Amino acid sequence: MSALATPAETPALSVQSLTTVFQTPKGPVRAVDAVSFDVMPGEVLGLVGESGSGKSVTLRSLMGLIHAPAQVSGRVLWQGADILAMPKKALRRVRGGEVAMIFQEPMTALNPVLKVRVQIEENLAAHSQLDARQRRARAIELLDLVGIPAAERRLEDYPHQFSGGMRQRVMIAIALASNPKLLLADEPTTALDVTIQDQILKLILDLRDEFAMSVVFVTHDLGVVAGTCDRMAVMYAGRIVESGTVAEIFARPHHPYTRGLLGSVPRGGAERTMLTSIEGTPPSLAVIPQGCAFHPRCAYAVEHCVAKRPALERIGLGRMVACFREAEVAAAGAPV
Amino acid sequence: MRAIEAPPQRSWRSRFKVAGLPATLIVGGLVLFASLVLAVVPSLFAPYDPAAMDYNSILAAPSLAHPFGTDSFGRDVLSRVIHAYTIDMQIAVFATTGPLIVGVIVGALVGYAGGLAESIFGRIVDAVISFPQLVLVIAIVAVLGPGLTNMYIAVGVIDWVFFARLVSGEVKVQKRLDYADAGRAMGYTPMRIIFRHLLPNAITPAIVYWMTDMALAILLGSSLGYLGLGAQPPAAEWGVQIADGKNFMATAWWISVFPGIAIVVTGLGFSLFGDGLAELMRTKK
Amino acid sequence: MALLSFISRRLLQLIPTLAFILVVIFVLVRLLPGDPASAILGDRARDADVTRINAELGLDQPWPVQFALFVKHIVTGDLGNSIHLKVSVASLIAERLPVTLMLTAMAALIALALSVPLAFVAATRRGSLSDNAIRGSFQVGLSMPVFYVGLILLTVFGAKLRWFPVGGFGTTFLDQLYHLFLPAVTLALSLSAILMRNLRSAIIGVVGAEYVDFARSKGLSSRLIMMRHVLRNALISTVTLLGLQIGTLLGGAVITETVFAIPGAGRLMIESIYGRDYPVVQGLTFALAIIVSLTFLATDIVQAWLDPRVAR
Repeated sequence: MSALATPAETPALSVQSLTTVFQTPKGPVRAVDAVSFDVMPGEVLGLVGESGSGKSVTLRSLMGLIHAPAQVSGRVLWQGADILAMPKKALRRVRGGEVAMIFQEPMTALNPVLKVRVQIEENLAAHSQLDARQRRARAIELLDLVGIPAAERRLEDYPHQFSGGMRQRVMIAIALASNPKLLLADEPTTALDVTIQDQILKLILDLRDEFAMSVVFVTHDLGVVAGTCDRMAVMYAGRIVESGTVAEIFARPHHPYTRGLLGSVPRGGAERTMLTSIEGTPPSLAVIPQGCAFHPRCAYAVEHCVAKRPALERIGLGRMVACFREAEVAAAGAPV
Repeated sequence: MRAIEAPPQRSWRSRFKVAGLPATLIVGGLVLFASLVLAVVPSLFAPYDPAAMDYNSILAAPSLAHPFGTDSFGRDVLSRVIHAYTIDMQIAVFATTGPLIVGVIVGALVGYAGGLAESIFGRIVDAVISFPQLVLVIAIVAVLGPGLTNMYIAVGVIDWVFFARLVSGEVKVQKRLDYADAGRAMGYTPMRIIFRHLLPNAITPAIVYWMTDMALAILLGSSLGYLGLGAQPPAAEWGVQIADGKNFMATAWWISVFPGIAIVVTGLGFSLFGDGLAELMRTKK
Repeated sequence: MALLSFISRRLLQLIPTLAFILVVIFVLVRLLPGDPASAILGDRARDADVTRINAELGLDQPWPVQFALFVKHIVTGDLGNSIHLKVSVASLIAERLPVTLMLTAMAALIALALSVPLAFVAATRRGSLSDNAIRGSFQVGLSMPVFYVGLILLTVFGAKLRWFPVGGFGTTFLDQLYHLFLPAVTLALSLSAILMRNLRSAIIGVVGAEYVDFARSKGLSSRLIMMRHVLRNALISTVTLLGLQIGTLLGGAVITETVFAIPGAGRLMIESIYGRDYPVVQGLTFALAIIVSLTFLATDIVQAWLDPRVAR
């Protein structure tokens, strides 16, 4: 049951009913609940939601980076093979070699006590047959590619010697070292200044073309989605509530939450303030409301929404939504 | 008394709670309570007079009559271990309470004052931790003369620094918080701000360290007793007892082994209680 | 080089610390009651002898002069003569201190060899039976006085099983290692408990760090991740802690040498204290304080070398 399948192509990545449950002292917490989506070759998919919506956990789950005590179930098909069920050796080949990941905070994601050269070269050593000299040459090439001046000299520097934006470029260079076919990006620009954000976004798009890879872009910033993604999936309380092409969703949201998110995107160069137009706060994943998780904050909610949880249903070609009142929401049009 | 202690960490024990309190606190508290009772009224529990020599049973192995055996003077080891609680618990309390009080006061003042006072204090800390503490205590005790009072003096000269360092760091943090400014704005004197407002919030680490420090004081006190520089024979003190039995280890192990077990159990009691206290303070926050 | 300038800055900081140590020793010795002369000569000393000894020790001068003399002597390496052994304190220290340093170095190595693998097991199997067993036994070890551990090891492995000598110090290097093994284990026990506890929580902290997740996302082998990314970072704080424990370790060496009858600086210290041999006590205290300061310096350098963020 691929949520976003278009019949023409086979997806590079197909996530099916991915569910991640953390065992906490206060009982199990479903951070990711039956999430399904596909990513086509060369496509940029935006995974959008507020913090705590489960989007980052989704990304980590499909790379097998979730720490115990937690259970991850479902299937993550990469080129037809299930990442979650792979033997260790095959998993290691996929990770870094075919699927790479970049994190939100390069300061914490780069090892502070290892030179940048070591952190790039260990990736090459794991996934290529290059010898030491070739690895070094490739490392310089990569730093050059991501736009780091004086690449050869900077190779011997430690992460703390780079500025925030340069550090993020270093992380991208490390992630892309082995020519991955899919890049998972976990809020790669959130920690950066606005001007540098745009540079990094442009860099990722350029590299997408250069490497012909797919990208899954996790963000809470709809402005980023509009500028970079082909399709998007909106997450709320661990579930996908709406998905489709960026153009379609921006033109006509079918879920009141998506509509609220769009309403909070500033237009015309106004200061970016996030998600102010939705009343209330996102629920804690430990106490998700009965019925539709969004109903306490929803202007369209009716009795039925409290009693029963709407399923994610197909409403058009590659377009899905989980809302009983989607017709009314769509009729209201895009927020101004 | 050790310069650096790893911060107490969450442990498997912390998962078990009794009546909302950490189990470590309960178990440690029970051990300490029992130790205190033994220290205050040892004669209620000791089967014999700790000094009574019985020449008919010298170096007797543990038996029903003497559960821990007898020593080379025919004294009952169990009774001596019990009576030693008086001295060793006294060492734990007396050697550390003075440094605690002085350290807390100095630390609070230094932390609040900052600047020059803090720099001078930093130099003092550097110098003090440059001496192996045990060596310095031994040297001071040796010159002042062996005995418990001199030992308290020797320990106190050094030990206050560790409390002061903990408290000054905490006070420095608390000083920057809003409520300290509020106090200044309301025209409270610095003394009132420090001791009524800052200190109650800053004293927790010092209290937790106090528990560790009491365990360390028992280790130090018994070490000095063993070396003949602490409590003096024929007093019943665990270190002295272990020294009494050291020449009989191969033939009459019980003379030394049982007092050692008492040290370990009491030390564990303090550590567990300290861990539990830290845990309790953490969950309160 | 950042590291070189860091080391030179750190060396400069050593000067005030050493000066402070000199002051403390000077003051301490003068503050203590009873004058050395009567201590040397006993209670029935004649006044003339007391005056002579005081003059010999320079104690008849005003104290600023005494301090200047004291500093001058120490800087020139003249630590005076032992009252009882009738040899220079410097030569005594040169003879005995290496034994103590060998003992402490062995103890540190044994403590690392014990604590690193066990901390690793405990941290990676957090909450398991082995974790609890390891931590429980180390906690007990931490509560045991050094002299007690030494006495038990000496009795069991020395006197009963006869695997190791019951005291003394060998002549050849290998023989010395053999003689120092049990004492070093004794000394290592509580140190390894402290290191184990620190390293275990450091490993647990680092395993959850984002850069370890990033390393895993690169598809590295778990062995490489553990050695290069986890252990290397976790060891930084443990190495620092090890350096800061040198004072405790030297104090433990004093007792261990007494228990095992090892002719080191610690035993010399105790003997000199019993014999009121002030020049030796003073010289040894100074030498030990220097060793502690130098160890702190070395620790900072190693830390700066392990963690490039330190030496900026």
